Amino acid sequence: MAGRLATGGPALGAGPLLGRRGLGRNADPLFALLTAAAGSTVLVILGFMILTTTMTALPAFQSQGISFITSTDWDPSAGRFGILAFIYGTLVTSAIAVILAVPLSLGVALYVTEAAPRRLRSPITYLVDLLAAVPSVIYGLWGVFVFLPLFLQPASAFLGRFLGFVPIFAGPSSGLSYFGAGVVLAIMIVPIITALAREILLTVPTEDKYAAYALGATRWEMIRGVVLPRSRVGIVGAIMLGLGRALGETIAVALLIGARPQISASIVQPGYSMAAVIANQFQEATEPHIRALVGVGVVLFGITILVNVGARLIVMRMERS
Amino acid sequence: MNDDNVFSVKGLDVHYGGAPALKGVDMEIGPRQITAIIGPSGCGKSSLIRCFNRMNDLIPGAVVSGEVLYHGSDIYAAGVDPVVVRRHIGMVFQRPNPFPKSIYDNVAFGPRINGFKGDLDELVERSLRRAALWDEVQNKLKKSALALSGGQQQRLCIARAIAVEPDVILMDEPASALDPIATVRIEDLMQELKKEFAIVIVTHNMQQAARVSDKTAFLYTEVDEETSARWGILVEYDDTSRIFTKPTDTRTEDYVSGRFG
Amino acid sequence: MSAADVPVPAEAGRTSGEVSVLGRRPARRRVWTDRLATAGLVAAVIMVLVPLGLILFTIARRGLATISWEFLTQPMPYSLRKEGGGLLNSALGTFLMVGLATVFSVPLGVLAAVYLAEYGKKNTLAGVIRFFTDVMTGVPSVFVGLFIYTALVAQIGFGALVGAIALSIIMLPIIVRSSEEMLRLVPSELKDASYALGAAKWQTVSKVVLPSALPGITTGVLLAVARAAGETAPLILTALGSFKIVTTLVGEPISALPLAILSGARNPFAAGQARAWAGALELLVIVLVFTILARVIASRSRISS
Repeated sequence: MAGRLATGGPALGAGPLLGRRGLGRNADPLFALLTAAAGSTVLVILGFMILTTTMTALPAFQSQGISFITSTDWDPSAGRFGILAFIYGTLVTSAIAVILAVPLSLGVALYVTEAAPRRLRSPITYLVDLLAAVPSVIYGLWGVFVFLPLFLQPASAFLGRFLGFVPIFAGPSSGLSYFGAGVVLAIMIVPIITALAREILLTVPTEDKYAAYALGATRWEMIRGVVLPRSRVGIVGAIMLGLGRALGETIAVALLIGARPQISASIVQPGYSMAAVIANQFQEATEPHIRALVGVGVVLFGITILVNVGARLIVMRMERS
Repeated sequence: MNDDNVFSVKGLDVHYGGAPALKGVDMEIGPRQITAIIGPSGCGKSSLIRCFNRMNDLIPGAVVSGEVLYHGSDIYAAGVDPVVVRRHIGMVFQRPNPFPKSIYDNVAFGPRINGFKGDLDELVERSLRRAALWDEVQNKLKKSALALSGGQQQRLCIARAIAVEPDVILMDEPASALDPIATVRIEDLMQELKKEFAIVIVTHNMQQAARVSDKTAFLYTEVDEETSARWGILVEYDDTSRIFTKPTDTRTEDYVSGRFG
Repeated sequence: MSAADVPVPAEAGRTSGEVSVLGRRPARRRVWTDRLATAGLVAAVIMVLVPLGLILFTIARRGLATISWEFLTQPMPYSLRKEGGGLLNSALGTFLMVGLATVFSVPLGVLAAVYLAEYGKKNTLAGVIRFFTDVMTGVPSVFVGLFIYTALVAQIGFGALVGAIALSIIMLPIIVRSSEEMLRLVPSELKDASYALGAAKWQTVSKVVLPSALPGITTGVLLAVARAAGETAPLILTALGSFKIVTTLVGEPISALPLAILSGARNPFAAGQARAWAGALELLVIVLVFTILARVIASRSRISS
């Protein structure tokens, strides 16, 4: 017999083990169900997200037809909703942001992992991560009142004066433009790309790096020859993540892009983006206008998902090869 | 079949994902004695001991067949809940694994989840005393268990296991992660504990088995020439004195005399 | 010894003075390329840190000029042009909605993470959930706002509750993924010990796994809170904004700090703009406090483990 002490310990006889559900054991299947349900809410929310927005926007899609996404004629008062200019603006500002941010992010990540004195690595990383925490409305506020007069206006004027013959830099500029929004966007996505790139760079084995040094390579040659080729896949992933973030960014762009619903070839001219038009025009919009704005959101969502999923697939394929 | 036995094992087979790990083990574990399981590495010692409290169930792909009777009841019978089984059988692991909680909460964990309604303070003190740890920790019961030394943590794990008042304690290489002094204390503790508990200990340290145990089981690996599958079998199971001085099987003799290991 | 400490061999070749088989000029060019590259890297770091410094400096300077006890405790004046007043109503709105969002998203997110970590190793459902949770982290927050607008605001109007729901949807995937990672880090030996004592799975999870992962989970939650506090776009579409101090949850538009900052940024009047800067300082302090707190907890738990 199981030795039981007389002090009233747990009354667990060695008797029948068969068919006895232990204390609280019945809760196990319930618990599993509960957690599975919690996990499934993510799917449910995502599903509803797509459903209700698409259904709300449907009348707008139907009334405009394909011209919804092919026309640049956005005139809510006349009931015409062509969002091509916004799609263009989103893509242009994001492209500017990525083109500016990637070299900077890579530079910072490489500096922090390879070239910085040991004492500076943590502080720099910490500060750059802090940049990621700054809310976008603050970037917008600072962008409009400080960055605009300090840098964007002179820079746009400079580009206009010396490179104005090139169409993408043409025309007078108040600083509020694709370029203005794009530069601030770049500052915003640098921390994201840097953080990820840093992680990727840290996975390069040190032995390979030392092998390059042992052959007489300079640090830059080692970076080009060993570190960058090894990190290519991860860095592509990081860039696409930054791109995804840039596509969806709303407030900073809304304040700096100039709010002009037209396509312009010059990046120093004002324009508009999908997220920005939603944020700017929502509060005064009436019903058909609101439906059109929801439609803009649906298209934006579609593009963002494509970029995100596409990025994942590309990374997976690159990893396999 | 002597029903005084704590465990009676018949025809025990263990497979992991189709590959055999243990075949055809028959043995009996008697009460209030120490049974050691020895053998070269990879011969299935841990797999065997984990059958006694159905811990193998937690490994995906593990299949156990055969009979393991605990006081006459087959713990692998259909409808038996492994959670209930484990409440009767205590286990101590190779690396001390106290919870990141206070010393008190570690010992009280088992009783609490089993709905203990009596004097918890008293149960905790008694368990710590029986594990020879009370004197060292009585003034710091609320301190984190992780602040203890390795040997103390292992004794805490023993206290935690005996707090639920099992009648058998399984120990899977309990001292292999400890320094020699801590090891001696654990071995002394085992001699005390065997007055109340049956103890089954897996050890790769032959001298420890010889010092400590009353009966010894020697496991060895068998190999299938064609498939090069390897599994463990029970070669010999006898009083410790016999195993180490006059073993019946040559494989046992070779192992205990150190010809391989 | 780090990569930065390794001597650069090409330089040795340059100063040795002897005529190497490779000649001296290529070596010099390589050294200068390396120096240029390093300078480029440093330039990148400076170009990134300068805006950060500028932002922090500007907000501190302009914000501190306006911030005062009155600012922190007074609601917005009705007339945008008026001096004085404060952003109390916005701060309260932020606390209310972010607090509610936390209450909604943390239990849900942690339970979902438990499912993924404890039941989801080879499970198809878990794989699907994990994939779509990652997808959700990339959804633009303005779209989340549109969703709540179309799903709820059309029915029950603008207000704190729908704003909180929008924020909780933004927080949810962050909490799920970071909590899952933390739960996976709990060593299996602890779970073994718990099972060996006869604990059921739900007991092992709730009394051993979750407490062990708590510091890491808290870090993730704090970062999600910091993120939610700074979100503007979804609130434009759900909370709308207001001058008043609002305590009702449904049907009454409510302000939040980011909304107040946004309208202040668009405000032509100096007083309104000054309030925006002060609000930005307040919001930045809140966000940084949570972010730094999360870091501190994370590093503390790493030290003790």
